[in-house]
Amino acid sequence: MNWGSASEFFAMGGYGLYVWGSFGVTAAALLIEVGLVRHRLAAVRRGLRRELAADRDTQD
Amino acid sequence: MSQRLVNWFKFASPASFYPLAGKMWPWFAALGTVLAAVGLWISFFVAPTDFQQGEGYRIIFIHVPASWMSMFIYCVMAFWAAIGITFNTRLSGMMSSALAPTGALFAFLSLWTGALWGKPMWGAWWVWDARLTSELILFFLYIGYIALTAAIDDPRRADKAGAIVALVGVVNVPIIYFSVKWWNTLHQGASVSMTKAPTMAATMLWGMLIMALAFWMYSIAIALYRVRAIILERERHTTWVAELPEMQR
Repeated sequence: MNWGSASEFFAMGGYGLYVWGSFGVTAAALLIEVGLVRHRLAAVRRGLRRELAADRDTQD
Repeated sequence: MSQRLVNWFKFASPASFYPLAGKMWPWFAALGTVLAAVGLWISFFVAPTDFQQGEGYRIIFIHVPASWMSMFIYCVMAFWAAIGITFNTRLSGMMSSALAPTGALFAFLSLWTGALWGKPMWGAWWVWDARLTSELILFFLYIGYIALTAAIDDPRRADKAGAIVALVGVVNVPIIYFSVKWWNTLHQGASVSMTKAPTMAATMLWGMLIMALAFWMYSIAIALYRVRAIILERERHTTWVAELPEMQR
């Protein structure tokens, strides 16, 4: 184990800003991408369902 | 002929690839999550402190895997571009478009983590060094691909134009890879070499490789998920889309 305490862990031997800036932005970027992609698929499905429902209504 | 011979062109049809991608992505996502957990554990709790760079070197655990992914994804895009131009398959262009945003993201993360590593170690966020500049060009190639394909209304023509960018731009990938050998650069040489024994501690190497695998699984999962959205967007007026179970109610 490298760390004596939680504050030592977050300080990263004085490189905290750089290390957490790297890991934090990477994690945030991947989470945002997942959110955007989920939203994109959900949106196209919603639009298509609506279109198909409208088609069915006009046929009836 | 054996019955078990897989007809790969069957999966080149969006109608059969859409459900297949839907079945596959959760496995890759799960694998990526497990690998990321193990990789992060090694990165912070197993790998020892570096004797030269202290704790600052831990950026390597995302910097190197992100850089590898940015180059590898571009090669896969170029592969699909070549398939698309050769066989005129619709799915190829969709695969390229599904990969481009993730590749651009990894190229950005490579530059971002590189800047955060360069500042404390070199004293500069950025230098116009061969390695850094060629990686920046890779990022612009991704952006160029996305912008170009988005600007052309007809998706089939957009795929063709994008495929040319992907195929021409792929020459930049070996330039990035060998830049540290060909030019005198500030950037350090390759961390992992096929020909030499690794120069770093085994735990550091394992951490990096496991993080690289985690990014790999993530990229496959997200590309499969995105290609499903692209397939639906492009095939919206087909009967098979109208007959999908999730379109009924």
